[in-house]
Amino acid sequence: MDAESLLLSLELASGSGQGLSPDRRASLLTSLMLVKRDYRYDRVLFWGRILGLVADYYIAQGLSEDQLAPRKTLYSLNCMEWSLLPPATEEMAMQTSVVKGRFMGDPSHEYEHTQLQKVHKGEKVFEEEVVVQIKEETRLVSIIDQIDKAVAVIPRGALFKTPFGPIHVNRTFEGLSLSEAKKLSSYFHFREPVELKNKTLLEKADLDPSLDFLDSLEHDIPKGSWSIQMERGNALVVLRSLLWPGLTFYHAPRTKNCGYIYVGTVNLVCSVLLLPLISTSIWYPGSEERTTELEEPALKQVAEGWNVLMREMMVGGNGSGR
Amino acid sequence: MGDLPPPSEPPAQQPSSRRSSQVSERRSREHVQPLPADRHEVQETPRDSQILGSNQEILGSQTSLRGRSQRVSLTQYENSGMSQDEEARLGGVEYPSLNMGFPSEFQPQPYLDEGGIQATRNASLMLQQIQQGQGNLFQQLESAYQEPRLGLLGQFNMYQREDLQFGTGAQHGPYIRDDPALQFLPSELGFMPFNMELPEPEPRELAVQNAKAYLLQTSVNCDLSLYEHLVNLLTKILNQRPEDPLSILESLNRTTQWEWFHPKLDTLRHEPEMQPTYEMAERQKALFTRSGLGGGEGEQDMEEEVSETPVPNVMETAFYFEQAGVGLSSDESFRIFLALKQLVEQQPVHTCRFWGKILGLSSSYLVAEVEFREGEEEAEEEEAEEMTESGEAMEAHGEEEGEEDEEKVPDIIPKPTWKPPPAIPREESRSGTNKFLYFVCNEPGQPWTRLPHVTPTQIVHARKIKKFLTGRLDAPVTSYPPFPGNEANYLRAQIARISAATHISPLGFYQFGEEEGDEEEEGGAGRDSYEQNPEFEGVPVLELVDSMANWVHHRQHILPQGRCTWVNPLQKTEEEEELGEEEEKADEGVEEVEQEVGPPLLTPLSEDAEIMHMPPWTAQLSCSLCPQYSLAVVRSNLWPGAYAYAVGKKFENIYIGWGHKYSPKNFNPPLPGTVQQEYPSDPEIMEMSDPTVEEEQALKAAQEQALAATGEEEEDEEEDEDEDQDD
Repeated sequence: MDAESLLLSLELASGSGQGLSPDRRASLLTSLMLVKRDYRYDRVLFWGRILGLVADYYIAQGLSEDQLAPRKTLYSLNCMEWSLLPPATEEMAMQTSVVKGRFMGDPSHEYEHTQLQKVHKGEKVFEEEVVVQIKEETRLVSIIDQIDKAVAVIPRGALFKTPFGPIHVNRTFEGLSLSEAKKLSSYFHFREPVELKNKTLLEKADLDPSLDFLDSLEHDIPKGSWSIQMERGNALVVLRSLLWPGLTFYHAPRTKNCGYIYVGTVNLVCSVLLLPLISTSIWYPGSEERTTELEEPALKQVAEGWNVLMREMMVGGNGSGR
Repeated sequence: MGDLPPPSEPPAQQPSSRRSSQVSERRSREHVQPLPADRHEVQETPRDSQILGSNQEILGSQTSLRGRSQRVSLTQYENSGMSQDEEARLGGVEYPSLNMGFPSEFQPQPYLDEGGIQATRNASLMLQQIQQGQGNLFQQLESAYQEPRLGLLGQFNMYQREDLQFGTGAQHGPYIRDDPALQFLPSELGFMPFNMELPEPEPRELAVQNAKAYLLQTSVNCDLSLYEHLVNLLTKILNQRPEDPLSILESLNRTTQWEWFHPKLDTLRHEPEMQPTYEMAERQKALFTRSGLGGGEGEQDMEEEVSETPVPNVMETAFYFEQAGVGLSSDESFRIFLALKQLVEQQPVHTCRFWGKILGLSSSYLVAEVEFREGEEEAEEEEAEEMTESGEAMEAHGEEEGEEDEEKVPDIIPKPTWKPPPAIPREESRSGTNKFLYFVCNEPGQPWTRLPHVTPTQIVHARKIKKFLTGRLDAPVTSYPPFPGNEANYLRAQIARISAATHISPLGFYQFGEEEGDEEEEGGAGRDSYEQNPEFEGVPVLELVDSMANWVHHRQHILPQGRCTWVNPLQKTEEEEELGEEEEKADEGVEEVEQEVGPPLLTPLSEDAEIMHMPPWTAQLSCSLCPQYSLAVVRSNLWPGAYAYAVGKKFENIYIGWGHKYSPKNFNPPLPGTVQQEYPSDPEIMEMSDPTVEEEQALKAAQEQALAATGEEEEDEEEDEDEDQDD
């Protein structure tokens, strides 16, 4: 949510029960203004709050003129002093993926992870347990990046692509109409498009290049990972991610008020929870083996694991029977 | 302007009038106008204005202004007649001054006025300006074009041809276009001398009109010409005066065009989309207006309610939770407050509390926790039970019938040997998990729905599954293991679990009643009731934050059995004993179930189990900047979304979340059980392979041999048998 319209945004996003206390709000309004000045950001977004066991992280993001340019992420523990986080890298994601559980609320906290590493000594190969230290700050960077890539949302038309390439805020955006607001296809991922280039020419034919330059939520995997709700009797549309519970996107149709906030414990809901939604692609006894249509490797793995288990059991049961 | 040829083109080109002729033909077809016979004498300007006037009404007022533009053009033409280079220079210099004259003249016009007349006037003014602009531009372009021709002669020649073209084609002027096909038209050549006599039309004027005609043409699939579009666009820009219009020109372009083809709907036409919004507002309006009583009675009610009401002070709670950084917005809280008030008016409520909000996929649940007045609930209970009992009786009857049917079938279907585990009886209302009644609704203002009482089986099953609620109470819960009941039951089970785990109060707020202080209950779960401590002084906030021992659970722990007080599942009620006495004789005494014991009521939080090395509770001060005025906030790490605050003698619990328990590992549904064997496989039921002919013959031979060996002894009998077989 835009730092400038923080109060209204919080009010609109309050349906999920996560707000900010008045003192936090006041300090955010003050400090984000200074952040904007000091770092010379074009726009500052209040990204949300990550609930730690001891303390909470408050996250803000700075945007440059080009809205899709890599965002700068800042965090703070007291809403006044902000520290810049390094940009996320693939390596970080790999490194931190082994860490599970809650955040502590202390950026210098180090998670310990033991992993087996092969050590070559002459011709023999030994497996040694190596303790890897992972700083919470690194994990924070990578988690924020993951959430941003997975569930940051922007309504269609709020941004537009200028003929020269950079993406600007659309000043003439007047909000989605009610019928549009109820469709997932009117919402885009607020990140560099990934799926767009995989579309066929036929699908691309109807797209308006100045507006439809991002991936829409419509084809997100797993299907049904968004809860779309009309609140206050259609006066407010709220999208909640089921994949990352805690992410709330709000938009008041026919106004330009929109934004998203994440308040949560950073707990990726396992895809198995969404299994009923993708259950058609799961093997069950008596059915022909179905081909999975899943693209996401993690999901595919889950589904396959499930299938293997089921099959093993079935084969075991039948084998003893005959 | 794109159709003006570049200056490098040959000067001998003939004006082509194909496009403009199309336009004018179309125009004349549309608006039948008797053209004067002496077309050649017709002035260009009136004709143009005619076209415009008929084409677009708003241009009507332009005719009067046309004179001026003509004059301007004339003066310009005179100037340009001197020399080409000079014209090029002068045009650039002179025109701005003229242009400047216009705005100063029209400046008093209030552009921002949205009135229709004003808009028309504005449009015409803008046209004027456009024309001026065009004239200016054309002048420059034309001068640039004419430069290669060395002198007035070339120019004169061109005018000749222009005149000629004008006369013969009855078109308005030279269309300076490079089209070789039209270069040597005989008519042009033939009428040349005649046209020489005509007064010279002004080339700039003609160019302007040509360009305008070009702009005015429409395509087959679009009725809107570029000219009209530009007029609309400029009208819009000038009316709205947006800041930095260039940057939003593209979108303005689009919206203007969209608006042209989507005229504003008549106000009489209702918008069905907005219907739910209005309905909701209407329903909530009912909350705000005091319920339909007469004036006098209403006042009396007011007095009564002021004295005592079970409606909780939701606003105060919301205020404290806002300090803690959780909770709903203040206006929503107030609506909830009104909705609770409505509930209290409709039901015999003794105590009432806003429990929280559970998010669902399509809508969320607001949950109210109430306790009915003594005796009120029982009546309803009995009715409900009668209903269920009759339903069960019906089912039993149905089963019996089924069995009778089965008897007719010769094959007896084997009955499963599996026996369901003994059902654990539901807890009585006002005790254990059913201590409170819960009402839910999706939005404040909607009718409250009462949730059914929870059964132990439902709680046990709810622990095994993890499911998103949909927002519809009658939705089925599809899960493995199957959940007994629909979403209302699941919701109720989750509420019971969350309440039992997360309802906490400061130490000392509640105490056990004295009369039953020492008494141990039969169930073994300890005392199950408590009362408010009148001498409670409040725990200092800092102590509440520092030590979790200062907080206690004030809801009973739910045992693995699904009840708060343990019940021996094998203990039979009298009826059951009578029925199943004979059958059960063998089983009795074999199984002894160990009694389940949970932590007693009012156990401090510090004794709660850790979740994978993680403290189950996090306590914080609401505001670190002013600790002396802040409150203690505790949030549950086991049930994300459950919060409690305490300050002084006040405390409250709330839950706002998805209704999911935190699990450090990903949730995995239990795998389906192993498949049971159908029957023991032994040779009796094994399928034999059919003997081949050789085998049959070999068998037959063997049998005959055996017969021959034994047959000699019992020959007589054998013969008889053979005869029988032959028959």
